[in-house]
Amino acid sequence: MSVILVFLLVIAGFAGWWLSHQRLMTKPWLEQGVAEDFVPFDRSGLPTAKIGLGVFLAVVGCLFALFTSAYFMRMALSDWQPLPMPRLLWLNTGMLVLSSIALQCASVAARKRQMDTVRLGLVAAGLTAIAFLIGQLMAWRDLTADGYFLASNPANSFFYLITGMHGLHIVGGLVGLSRTTAGAWNGARPERLRLSVELCAMYWHFLLFVWLAIFALLAGWAATFIDICRQLLT
Amino acid sequence: MVDVTPADAVPPAEVAEMELYHPHSWWTKYVFSQDAKVIAIQYSATATAIGLVALVLSWLMRLQLGFPGTFDFITPEAYYQFITMHGMIMVIYLLTALFLGGFGNYLIPLMVGARDMVFPYVNMLSYWIYLLAVLVLVSSFFAPGGPTGAGWTLYPPQAIMTGTPGGQEWGIILMLVSLILFIIGFTMGGLNYVVTVLQGRTRGMTMMRLPLTVWGIFTATVMALLAFPALFVACVMMLLDRVLGTSFFMPAVVEMGEQLQHNGGSPILFQHLFWFFGHPEVYIVALPAFGIVSDLISTHARKNIFGYRMMVWAIVGIGALSFVVWAHHMYVSGMHPYFGFFFATTTLIIAIPTAIKVYNWVLTLWRGDIHLTIPMLFAMAFIVTFVNGGLTGLFLGNVVVDVPLSDTMFVVAHFHMVMGVAPIVVIFGAIYHWYPKVTGRMLNETLGRFHFWVTFLGAYLIFFPMHYIGLMGVPRRYAEMTDVTVMTESAHHLNSFISIMAFIVGFAQIVFLFNLIWSIRHGREAGGNPWRATTLEWQTPQTPPAHGNFGKELPIVYRWAYDYSVPGAKEDFIPQNMPGTFGPSREPA
Repeated sequence: MSVILVFLLVIAGFAGWWLSHQRLMTKPWLEQGVAEDFVPFDRSGLPTAKIGLGVFLAVVGCLFALFTSAYFMRMALSDWQPLPMPRLLWLNTGMLVLSSIALQCASVAARKRQMDTVRLGLVAAGLTAIAFLIGQLMAWRDLTADGYFLASNPANSFFYLITGMHGLHIVGGLVGLSRTTAGAWNGARPERLRLSVELCAMYWHFLLFVWLAIFALLAGWAATFIDICRQLLT
Repeated sequence: MVDVTPADAVPPAEVAEMELYHPHSWWTKYVFSQDAKVIAIQYSATATAIGLVALVLSWLMRLQLGFPGTFDFITPEAYYQFITMHGMIMVIYLLTALFLGGFGNYLIPLMVGARDMVFPYVNMLSYWIYLLAVLVLVSSFFAPGGPTGAGWTLYPPQAIMTGTPGGQEWGIILMLVSLILFIIGFTMGGLNYVVTVLQGRTRGMTMMRLPLTVWGIFTATVMALLAFPALFVACVMMLLDRVLGTSFFMPAVVEMGEQLQHNGGSPILFQHLFWFFGHPEVYIVALPAFGIVSDLISTHARKNIFGYRMMVWAIVGIGALSFVVWAHHMYVSGMHPYFGFFFATTTLIIAIPTAIKVYNWVLTLWRGDIHLTIPMLFAMAFIVTFVNGGLTGLFLGNVVVDVPLSDTMFVVAHFHMVMGVAPIVVIFGAIYHWYPKVTGRMLNETLGRFHFWVTFLGAYLIFFPMHYIGLMGVPRRYAEMTDVTVMTESAHHLNSFISIMAFIVGFAQIVFLFNLIWSIRHGREAGGNPWRATTLEWQTPQTPPAHGNFGKELPIVYRWAYDYSVPGAKEDFIPQNMPGTFGPSREPA
């Protein structure tokens, strides 16, 4: 359970930073009047939707940290047999990186109000994300063709479970992305479109980060890394 | 990231009423409503309905325990199904949903001075997914083999094996699917509660001016958002074990001389995941109760809350600590002794912030102008009950005491006191307190007092003897114990007594439900602020508050939520949105 505890420590760090700006040491019973006189930092200036997405991403991060914790605990048992990583996963990783880059471009273009670039970026991001999903499904098919079935070993089970869960989150993101894309064509208000594009980009970067982390986990590098950490600590 | 879109830069006080989604038809106004107040009532009604099912299940269990062998239809399988569904419904589908979905939805926007939740559409989806989860849960009663009988903790391997009711039938699958749906729905709602507190506060409403109710619900929601994923992971993995034959949790099992296809899984892994959710869950239910009780006591004792800052720090501290105590539910799982030592220490440390809260409640009452209204009675009942349940928690938090007591009725009595009776009396107190705001009418006083005394005394008559028979060694989880040495004749008599009391307390709840329905039409007119309270929800132009809560302009907050009996003020309460400076204590020291 150490992975999830480290994750929660990070969240606690954020929460502590935020709380430290909420003037927890004040004596509210002595302060009357409009609070603006003595509160420089109250609500965040960020759009509410971004804060909402940020909180949601913390929950998603928590979910994957828990899967990782379970992965390490189950891995320690004797029947664990690592499965080979399909080479295709590298190509898929590239697709997802391209997808993120495309959305980043769209987001920059949206700030400059270059509508054509925004549309191009959104479509490119959508297509590469779909390519990623198809690639993942093909990787699954390759593995089952080689006899690595879901139930035959816990390493396989975790592989399908975690990649599947990540894929589902991409599918959910595609729903949002397609709505944004439709908005870009149907002439949504520029500020509104910019916000949606930025939200998509934020979600995409996060899922790319999650993918890199679970790729490292499933390929076994994360375990090596943790072993080194453990040896350094003891 | 610093520059913001114009719509967000406008301070909330000037947000026009037009920004809200306005319903166009009866359906969107009362059924698929995006108004947090309607959603709150939908959540509460659904939670109450499913809670009644759980109440009936507890009666059936008590019939069996109090009068073993008398009722043929309560087979051992049925008994386990009753236990499982009673526990799961009460903890998750009633308490969590009612505190966060019900009270959270109703009170957060009103108390922070917002027109609605920040994402109303997602909020509406949250309720409908919750309803779906409840329906899936209910459907398991009608599935072949009936609901699961795995115990509310659903421990594998037994949860998905043949001997357990619903283990190889539909029961466990429907249970897991229902939980997964619940978590998805809750996450949608939870995002709203958190972000509304972060971003929706009206002008002048700083975090340190929030009523403690909002602090409690806010912190509990943050915890729930981080804890429920653990249950989600456990449910998904168990579902795969059950349906697709993986071995996340399932060890190699020989069943009826036949080797099952599972191999090498770890049931302890499930316990870790489950209790990583399960322990914070206790505080997810307790923190809103703490917050609500603080407000009830302050309002009905006409006195500011003692140690507001401490109360806030304690809420945050309890929330953080509750994530590092989960393994105290697993002392008997054969863990490393040092591990147990660590968790016993963290568990006992939680007693410190909790004790601070109890002292502060008592000190708020001290020399207050105590009005023994029904909400106040329930609030005081909570303090007593929570202290009681907390004290037995100190027993069970220690490994050496927990190991012999772990499988006895003592544990059942402990967690019913601390997590069953204590939050439920707060819910009752809160309903008596806010019902006038929701409906515009008071609940009937006589029926209310009857309800309080029967519930409070009855709950003690149920659970005090239960501690005692637990210490005698009577085990929990057994469907029938007629001829066992620990079941002395006195234990039998006590069991029958407990069962009779359980029936009486249960019937008192039906009186309460009658009161809820009867008073909508026939209750005394309440007016806008019957308790003369300071918080914003009592200052709305209409009662019940209209869509948008505050009419044309949002209130501006000038003071904290506890200005009661301020010397020099005209009345003994000063609403949060009243400008001006009052009281001699206000001069800078």
